[in-house]
Amino acid sequence: MPAIIPNPEPSADSRSQMSIVIVGHVDHGKSTIIGRLLAETGSLPSGKLEQVREMCRRNARPFEYAFLLDALKDEQAQGITIDTARCFFKTEKRHYILIDAPGHIEFLKNMITGAARAEAVLLTIDAHEGIQENTRRHGYMVSMLGIRQISVLVNKMDLVDYDQAVFERIKAEYTAFLKNLQIEPVSFIPISGMEGTNMVARGAATPWYSGPTVLEQIDAFAPKAAPVNFPFRLPVQDIYKFTEQNDDRRIVGGTIETGTIRAGDNVTFYPSRKKSRVKTIEYFNGPEKTTAAAGEAPGFTLHTQIYIKPGELMVRDDETPPHIGSRFRVNLFWMGHAPMIRGKTYKLKLGAARVPVKLAEVLNVLDASELSSVQNKQQVDRHDVAECVLEAAKPVAFDVAGEIERTGRLVIVDNHEIAGAGIILAPISDEDSTLKEHIRQREAMWRPSAITRELRINAYRHGAKFIVLTGESAAAGERVAAALENLLFRGNFKAYYLGISNVTSGLDADRAAVTEIDSEQIRRIGELARIMTDAGLIFITSLPGIDEHDLRTLELLNQPHEILVVNLGENRFTGYTPHLSLAADATPEAAAAGALQLLKQKEVILEYYL
Amino acid sequence: MNHLDKLEAQSVHILREAYREFKSLVMLWSIGKDSTVLLWLARKAFFGHMPFPLMHVDTHYKLPAMITYRDRLALEFKLDLIVGENTAALAAKETFPDGKLSRIDCCRKLKSEALKHTLSGEWPRLRIDHATGTLVPDPSREAFTGVIVGARADEEGSRSKERYFSPRDKQNDWDVGDQPPELWNQYKTDFAPGTHVRVHPLLDWTELNIWEYIHRENIPIIDLYFNHGDGKRYRSLGCYPCTGPVESEARTVAEIIAELRTGKFANIAERSGRAQDKEDGGGLETLRREGYM
Repeated sequence: MPAIIPNPEPSADSRSQMSIVIVGHVDHGKSTIIGRLLAETGSLPSGKLEQVREMCRRNARPFEYAFLLDALKDEQAQGITIDTARCFFKTEKRHYILIDAPGHIEFLKNMITGAARAEAVLLTIDAHEGIQENTRRHGYMVSMLGIRQISVLVNKMDLVDYDQAVFERIKAEYTAFLKNLQIEPVSFIPISGMEGTNMVARGAATPWYSGPTVLEQIDAFAPKAAPVNFPFRLPVQDIYKFTEQNDDRRIVGGTIETGTIRAGDNVTFYPSRKKSRVKTIEYFNGPEKTTAAAGEAPGFTLHTQIYIKPGELMVRDDETPPHIGSRFRVNLFWMGHAPMIRGKTYKLKLGAARVPVKLAEVLNVLDASELSSVQNKQQVDRHDVAECVLEAAKPVAFDVAGEIERTGRLVIVDNHEIAGAGIILAPISDEDSTLKEHIRQREAMWRPSAITRELRINAYRHGAKFIVLTGESAAAGERVAAALENLLFRGNFKAYYLGISNVTSGLDADRAAVTEIDSEQIRRIGELARIMTDAGLIFITSLPGIDEHDLRTLELLNQPHEILVVNLGENRFTGYTPHLSLAADATPEAAAAGALQLLKQKEVILEYYL
Repeated sequence: MNHLDKLEAQSVHILREAYREFKSLVMLWSIGKDSTVLLWLARKAFFGHMPFPLMHVDTHYKLPAMITYRDRLALEFKLDLIVGENTAALAAKETFPDGKLSRIDCCRKLKSEALKHTLSGEWPRLRIDHATGTLVPDPSREAFTGVIVGARADEEGSRSKERYFSPRDKQNDWDVGDQPPELWNQYKTDFAPGTHVRVHPLLDWTELNIWEYIHRENIPIIDLYFNHGDGKRYRSLGCYPCTGPVESEARTVAEIIAELRTGKFANIAERSGRAQDKEDGGGLETLRREGYM
């Protein structure tokens, strides 16, 4: 790869950039505040202020700064004000993007989108109206989104005659509210957006106030530091190979959420627990890198060729490992039109991991505007904040949000849309997982046949078994499965090979196109195996590319009968040993003979019957 | 990390999400500075490779230097270039330069419609053949479900409301009022059959950031952006009947950066040289809802 040497930066504008969101209840004066800030920092297009003043004069209306913003928005948004609008302004210190988040409850998902991009928050409260529903709700959302810098602007002080007692009362009440959310606001500022008091210039009307003005506060916000002082976490987006372009690198790519790493570090990928060591840090068209830190999106080559999948979490071996599990307690905020209900399968996105997930239990639903809880609710409605237990179809690697915020966050997809967002409060042991509970119930209800297992063994001359062929190649697995079925049948044993396409077009016909083996298909095959082994058969199937978790699920579902796993080619499992491992290029006949040998060893097929 | 590093990392992350989630992905390449930076960012994301095709909609009224530059870069970077056009409208001379349409209707025909039908695979496409270095008919009729576009929020009004991953329904419609939430690096990557998603990795970049990055990375950029001694340069590129240059002495990337930093253009829209915007009330929203990029 020819190296292109980058240019040094031309005498850079040293001012940095910061995103700030302004939130608050509808009509608590956000537009006026923004209009005033833009005008007083000279950030308006030339002539705009005069134009709006002239328009007001002609319509015999008093001039308001809010009209200014509306006029800007009309141009910018053609009258659509429901979405977050971004305004740009700058001070001597830095450039700002001021995100105007809608105050109306209907547009909460837009508010979330806007606020999630911000490093600091200006929250407005109307001094005259006091704390309202969305004042609390927005405070709650801001805390969940992980923004810690909040300045509270007590606006419209002119309407209460700049009464310090009103300001102090609101300050005390809202401080107490935020304390419940573990937020300590950086300041409370008494202002009047209309009269400009304490916006840019200090107001004469509030001699009792000595804190910063709004603009001083904005400049005093600390930029959000990259979380480098945390354990290294890299959600793996993909493993890239561009071999057809004569590039033999195999590169693990992703964005570093937290921490730092250097070439030579020993790493583990979770949940597979595969281990390796970082060989190189890859970055196109830049100087060679030997270290990388939070916020960067480099690539890594490893010393050993290990089989890992997108969605795993790369972690340094000398640092705290993440939690691995499929059940966790979360604080979840729901934006979907349809409620989140139990029994329905959703899609969980956590870092780079995507797995099916179900709502296992609703512990407590919080009315976010009042912070009072509603007990005994069985579903999560739109705009609810709920503490609940989620159960993923497969274990994922995660952190508790209180420890490492960035890898303790998740979103839930319902019907192609991000409908929920949450933070993980604690892992929950897998002991009482829904699967184990299901098997307990199923076995309790199972009607045993009058033809006992022993009777069948005597009649069929062999025990029942579920044989799973796995490996990288689907074609090789199918050939071996067919050869084994043939070998057993010729020996007068009751064997049946189920081709996976028979399931896809039959049992799975109720599902949208299933293109690869997923957890629902594993469940169906496992239940089928339970029935087929109950019938006393040697039940064979080929499931290429499945992982150790899938195998454990099949093992559980097939109980009380046993499973035999035959792996073809490289053993890609950690913490799971296949019963038989065969070379990838073994002939189907040789492989089938090997499997038959194993059945004899396991006394599924009894020697004296041969 | 400085501001450009942060913007780069974010764009790389978005490009990798798109590559992971969309089976049939394409990047639109207008030959201009933004989509050329986007192309460069894809090479950043994929370690020097460009693992999906680039699509250019040829109106046949592009400044000729743009086509020369396009084909040169496509061969040099080994890009999988796809070219589409509205053959019928061009043959029937249904265009603004032929006097039959307004500027905006011409955009609609030669760009929006051509793009829509080229993306869906309904209209014939050309694809570059690296062996001969020429464009040949493309037998593939693959419909693209993920479309990467170089739109920036600061460029003009309607773009400030875009999401990084922005769904379009079967009619290509954009429902501005009901957009998906985006938070914590999680985007809308699931979509119903028949719909597609536009991906905007450059949403947070400004015009100045683009030039600073071109300078830092030494990205080969088409020289129509520079003043060649006549005191004029193009600030935004398009079709020659509707694109005018701006007054400028900037002859190099560094001089463009210096010029932008003076605030010379602070109150002049970047697309002020693009005559069709004015017909659309300055906002482009009508065109964008219909699929204009």
